[in-house]
Parts: sequence; structure tokens; C-alpha cells
Amino acid sequence: MHAENANRNLSFMGKTMGFKKGLRSNDITQTIGFTLLFVSILFTLFFLGSIIYFIAVQGISVISWEFLTEVPRKAMTKGGVAPAIVGTFYLTIGAIGFALPLGLACAIYLCEYSPKSIMVNIIRLSINNLAGVPSIVFGLFGLAVFVKVFGFGVSILSGSLTLGIMALPGIISASQEALLAVPQSYKEASLALGATHWQTIKKVVLPTALPGILTGVILNLGRVAGETAPILFTAATFYTRGFPDSIFSEVMALPYHIYALMTEGTRPEVQAGIAYGCALILLCLVLTISALAIILRQKQRRTYGS
Amino acid sequence: MDHEVKIRADKINFYYGKTQALKNIAIDIYSNKVTAFIGPSGCGKSTFIRLLNRMNDLIPGARVEGRILMDGKDINHAKMDVVDLRRRVGMVFQKPNPFPKTIYENMAYGLIINGIKDKSFIEQRVINSLKKAALFDDVKDRLHDSALMLSGGQQQRLCIARCLVVEPEVILFDEPCASLDPISTRKIEELILELKHDYTIVIVTHNMQQAARVSDHTAFMYLGELIEYDETEKIFTVPKEKMTEEYLSGKFG
Amino acid sequence: MIRFKEELYKWIFAVLALASLVFLVGIIITLFKESIPIFSHYSFFHLLFGTQWYPTFEPPEFGMFTLIFASVVVTLGSMLFCVPIGVGSALYIHEIASEKQRAFLKPIIEILAGIPSIIYGFFGMVIVAPLLQNVLDIPIGLCAFTASLVLGIMATPTVASLAEDALSFVPRSFREASLALGANRWQTLTKVIVPAAGSGISTAIILGMSRAVGETMTVLMVAGGAAVIPKSIFDPVRPMTSTIAAEMGEAVMGSTHFSALFAIGLILFLITLIINIIAEVISRRFRLKLGLGR
Repeated sequence: MHAENANRNLSFMGKTMGFKKGLRSNDITQTIGFTLLFVSILFTLFFLGSIIYFIAVQGISVISWEFLTEVPRKAMTKGGVAPAIVGTFYLTIGAIGFALPLGLACAIYLCEYSPKSIMVNIIRLSINNLAGVPSIVFGLFGLAVFVKVFGFGVSILSGSLTLGIMALPGIISASQEALLAVPQSYKEASLALGATHWQTIKKVVLPTALPGILTGVILNLGRVAGETAPILFTAATFYTRGFPDSIFSEVMALPYHIYALMTEGTRPEVQAGIAYGCALILLCLVLTISALAIILRQKQRRTYGS
Repeated sequence: MDHEVKIRADKINFYYGKTQALKNIAIDIYSNKVTAFIGPSGCGKSTFIRLLNRMNDLIPGARVEGRILMDGKDINHAKMDVVDLRRRVGMVFQKPNPFPKTIYENMAYGLIINGIKDKSFIEQRVINSLKKAALFDDVKDRLHDSALMLSGGQQQRLCIARCLVVEPEVILFDEPCASLDPISTRKIEELILELKHDYTIVIVTHNMQQAARVSDHTAFMYLGELIEYDETEKIFTVPKEKMTEEYLSGKFG
Repeated sequence: MIRFKEELYKWIFAVLALASLVFLVGIIITLFKESIPIFSHYSFFHLLFGTQWYPTFEPPEFGMFTLIFASVVVTLGSMLFCVPIGVGSALYIHEIASEKQRAFLKPIIEILAGIPSIIYGFFGMVIVAPLLQNVLDIPIGLCAFTASLVLGIMATPTVASLAEDALSFVPRSFREASLALGANRWQTLTKVIVPAAGSGISTAIILGMSRAVGETMTVLMVAGGAAVIPKSIFDPVRPMTSTIAAEMGEAVMGSTHFSALFAIGLILFLITLIINIIAEVISRRFRLKLGLGR
């Protein structure tokens, strides 16, 4: 009897001890696991930090007032890259100018008008799939349709339209998010006062959603400015004598210019320096734009308290 | 009950998809009276008053059977202009919902959407309506501040005033005091008593005392059915239905 | 009159809303139409599984297997880099980071996801490739390995950001329930939160993969560009995207070469379409599982 009791006690104690030991090994696992996670975030930050660091350090020495404002000279080895900056500006504005009205209209239809129907599902499906199309395929489409069939040639127009189509899904989803954030109660209040559906959209929904829509547009602006593949065959050229004079001219663009400097031309060692400069300008441009958008968005979230 | 009928509901059945929210509701609502709907939450009282300005049109899959007549005309008829109906039947919601605009813009909204451009006319209307809603003295110095700066009670009175601007015939109150403190609640109640001289008022409330204080007629609803409808005094003193009596004495709900 | 106007607006918006559909269908039609000539010259099987890509020879050869293989190798390689690091980062941000760190890390990751691919390509070409060439003592820095690495770095913020979104959808109550039962944070994370967010994380990975397959500029600049089956991961390769980008400039419009490049585009489009559909299906299931609706 006694022995049995003692045994039982022992095994009970053993269990407790096992439990404790288990706890300790759990703690060790947790420490190891958390360390690994910490290492992975360090990796992420290290990689990305080093990209910015190298480009900033090498690029800053190239950048000067002349670099920003002058046209290239002596077979791309001297002078500035102003036409590429201007070209990127035109292409980006053109693309957003095309995609924003379309995308906003689409978002308004989906959020405000659409009854649940097959048609709406098809539209949603095509937006999702359009968002997943590789950028080079947009380039092929732009080449076949805008450059060839419509006869716009390799031009700002073709490039803007191609980039615009690529930006469309992003603009739609940003606008949708902003429209959905407008409280239902605002719409009800407006309708209950005898406003029509369109009046409610125009006077209440859109003004309320406007800051959110703008943020989304800015975010997409940054993405469009940095795209290269869609303009390879539709808009970009390595060298123009001066600035573009119509929407039918070819343009230089910053991202394409980096690629061209690294792969074409005759003086790679000099060109690499210029490429660093272009990369730094592009990086600053894109980072500033997206940082701006993110700050704006956080401010809005705070004011809406959601 | 020999008053003038403003709204007559005739055998109303209402469905959200497959679930039936209202069963066979028949009721007369009288001009220049306050009619209160009481009952436990989920009994369909809000659903019912949202039928009166066709706010339920906004809900996908909602379906209504039966007729609602306002001044003898079927409001669900294909020829009825729903926008015009909503202008004639104003609504004040559970939570104050001013637009994120200035007080003045909120007030002028109803006129501007109706194409009125005469500035002095708009201003006169806005001031009159604010006075009617007993809000003018509170806000006269800050008409161009954001409406969201007002307190909850003031916001709700602004919503009432905003709805008066378009001169509706009927005003629906959907639990207007649900999110307000007792002092603001009293102010709204006083306002309702004031407004009934000019408007027909329908109010949904889960607060029985409120119904007793402000209404002339009370309807008691339970699980989508209209259990009893009578003059408020009779309902609260000599209810005919056992269920009404149990509800009023707090046995359920 | 008012009613007419309202209807009119509704129809205008409905028509404009069809734009995405029109463009998507337009892309599909264009890709098919432009690649028909090559399919009429060569059998589908021959194109897809031929290993000889000599578009400018006489007679030319358009075997795309090498290119498809290169895309697959580089993409899978990049996943080996970005999945552990990206998901690990997401878990760190979600579970370990303090409120302050999170407020800093989340926007940083998002901004980094927006760095243009040309920058990564440039960085790979001028920094990573020479570095690896020296450190690993390999003949060419521009090779499948470097491309995978750079592509992986590029996809990391995307994967991290999407995975973090998926984690944040897991209801707080799951976590509380687990902690209340005496599980520690690591157990809660690995046994409750990650499984609950599992399909959301998978979606993040698949979308990262989709981005890597379709990525052009990075691989164009870093992968080396040789259209032969690589013997090791340190050989140069020529994925589909860079083939299109590099050769379209010299292909004569309307030639078989031109058409062959569109055929590559078509195959690329179909591959990403399938990947995206898989991601969509999984993410729908994820939302259902967590009761998030649509």
C-alpha cells in the first residue's frame, strides 16, 4: 500500500517536473524562433538599406544643377538628363490622366450602383486579372494596338495609354476603398432629404472620399513613374536632341535611361556614373511620392478614427 | 379616433431575402399627431418606418407586399417619384449624421439639391429652420464651422433642422435619442411636441416613457406583427392585449 | 426628366466600368492574333518543348523550353530567398515589434515594395553581380543565382506586406484564447495564428511568385541572357520576360520572330493567369474560413 502510494506520489512529481522542463524547453524554442524572426527583418532592412545607400552615395556625386537641367551631350557621356526627367513627368501625368477618370467611374459603379449581378462579378474578375498581368505583356499590347493599329507610333501618347491601362486596377481599388469608407449614414441622410442618387454621389460621397482617392492616386503615381517594361516598345528612346514637342514624339524616360546607359552605348565606365545619378533621381522621386501618400493616409485614418 | 388619415398601411408584408420581417401590418397614421412605435428590439418597428420613405429600397434583396397610401396615393406605385416622396417624408436617424461640412452647408444642402439658387431665400430658410429646431441661438455665431464640432444633442437637432428646411409633411424619427444624454433627450422631446402642430410625426423608440411623454397614438409591435394600436393614454392605462400589458410592465423585452 | 437623368448616369458609369474587361479581352485577343503566324509555321508542341532558340538563324529555331525553364528556375530560386525572409519579417512585425516599431516598419516595408524594378536591376548589375563573382569565385556574376537573389530581395517587401495583412485578419480572440490556456507567444504564433492565417500567407507567397515570374527589368539586367539550358545555377539564363524585352527592338514587325515574341507573351500571360486564379481561390477560402465574407 505504502509503496504504491509513494509510487503514485513520485509519478505525480515526475509529471510536474516534466511540465516544468517542458516549459523551459518551450522558452528556449520561443527564444530561438523570435531570434530567427528578428534576423529576417534585419535581412529585409539590410538589403533595402544597402540599395538606397549605394545608390545615394554613388549618385550624389553625379547630381548637379546642370545634370538636372541640361540635355545630354557627347554621346551620353556629358551634360544632363533633363529630357528624361521631363519625359517621365509627361508619361506619368498622361497615364494618370487616362486612368483616373476611368478608374474612378468604375469604382463609383461598383460601390454605388452595382446590384449583385453576373456583370459585376465579371468586372471584378477582370480587374483582379488585369492587376496580375506582367508589365511586359502590357508593353506588347501597347505595341500591337497603340503603336501599330492606331498608328500613334512610338510616342508619349502610346506610352501613357499603356501605362494608364496598367495603373487602372490600382486606381480602381484605391478609389473603391475610399468610397466604401464613406459612412452609409451620410448617404441615408442625403437620400432622406430628397436628394437623388447622383446628387448624393456628387455632393456627399465624392467630397467625403476625395482625400482617400487622392492618396490612392499619389501612390499609383509613384508606381507608374518607375515602370520600364511597358514603355520599352511604346514610348521610350535612348536619346533625343531636346525636349519632346508633341504627344506624338518619342521621349526619354528616367527608368529606361538607366537601362539604356547600362546596356547600350560605347563608354560603359562613364555611363555607369550617369546611371547612378538617374537611379538616385528616380529613387528620390518614387520614395518621396509614396512616403507622401502614406503619411497622408495615416492622417486620414486618424481623423476618421477607423 | 376621428382624425384625418395621413398615411394608411394596408396588409404590409416585408421580407429581407427569405426572412419575413413584417407580417400583415395594417395601421392608420393621423395628420398633425405624434405616432409612436414601441416594442422590443428586432420587432420590426424601424423596418416599418423605413418603408414610409422607401429607405428600404437601398437594401439589396428587400421586398414589400401590400400598399402604403399617403394622402390616398400608393407610395410604392411605379409612377411615384421616390425622390419627391423622400422630400415630403423627412427622416431623423438613430445616430446624428451631419455631413462633414459646415453647419450652414448642412442646412442648405436640401435646398441646393432641389435647384434653389437664391442666396437670400436659402439663408432665410436656414435661419427659420434653425429657430424652429431651437438651435439657432446655439450656433448663430458659428454657422460656418464644421457640423462635427457640435455636441451629440446639437448634432441631432441640426439633423432635425436640416430636415425641416425642405418643408416635409411627415417627419420620421428612428430612435432619435438612442445615443443622447437625458438633457439632450428632453430638448428633442420638447421639440417634437412643438413640431407636431405643423407636421405629422412618426417616432420609433424603445423607451416606453418617451412614447408616453410625446405621442398621441402608440403602436406596439412584436416579432414583426402589430399587436395593438390605440391612443397612447389607452395603451398605457387599459391595454386590450395581454402581451401589451406584459411588455409595458416589463415582463419581457 | 430627373429619372431619365439618373438612369443616364447609371448607364454611363456602367459602360466606363467595363473598361477593365475591354482591356483584358483586348490583351488576350492581341496576344492570340499576333502569335497566330508562328503557330501556323510550327507546331505548338515544337514551340513549347523545343530547346533551340535561334530566332535570327537561317532557318530560325523557336524552341521556348529553355526560356520557360529559365523563368521557372529563377522564380523558384527567388522564392527560396523571399519566402522565409518575407514571412519571417511579417511575423516579426505582427508578433514581436512594439507599437512604435510597427508604426515605423509597416510604412517602410510598403515604401520599399514600391521601389521600381529597374532600380533593383541596376543594383544587381553594379553591386551584387561583381560582389558574388568575387566572393563565390564564379566566372560570370550575371547568372541564374544572382537573378534569383535580386528578384528575391525585390519580392520580399511584397510578400512581407501581404502576409502581414493576412496575419492582421486573424481575430484577436484566437490569440487571447491560446494565451489564456497557458501557451507561450511562440506556441500561440505557430500553432494558432499562422495556421489560421495560413491560406492568406499562401496567397501572399503566390502573389509574390506571380510578380517574380512577370518581372522584366531585373532579370533582363541581371540574369546574363544566354538562351541555353543552364548546367548549374551559376550559368547565365534567359527567362521569357527578358527575351521579349531584349529582342523586340530588333525583330522586324510582322516577321516570324515578332510573332514568336508575342507567343512568349501569350504563354507568360497564361502562366500568370493560372497563378492568379490559384491565389484568388485560396484567398476566397481564407476569407470564408475566418468568416470575413466576400
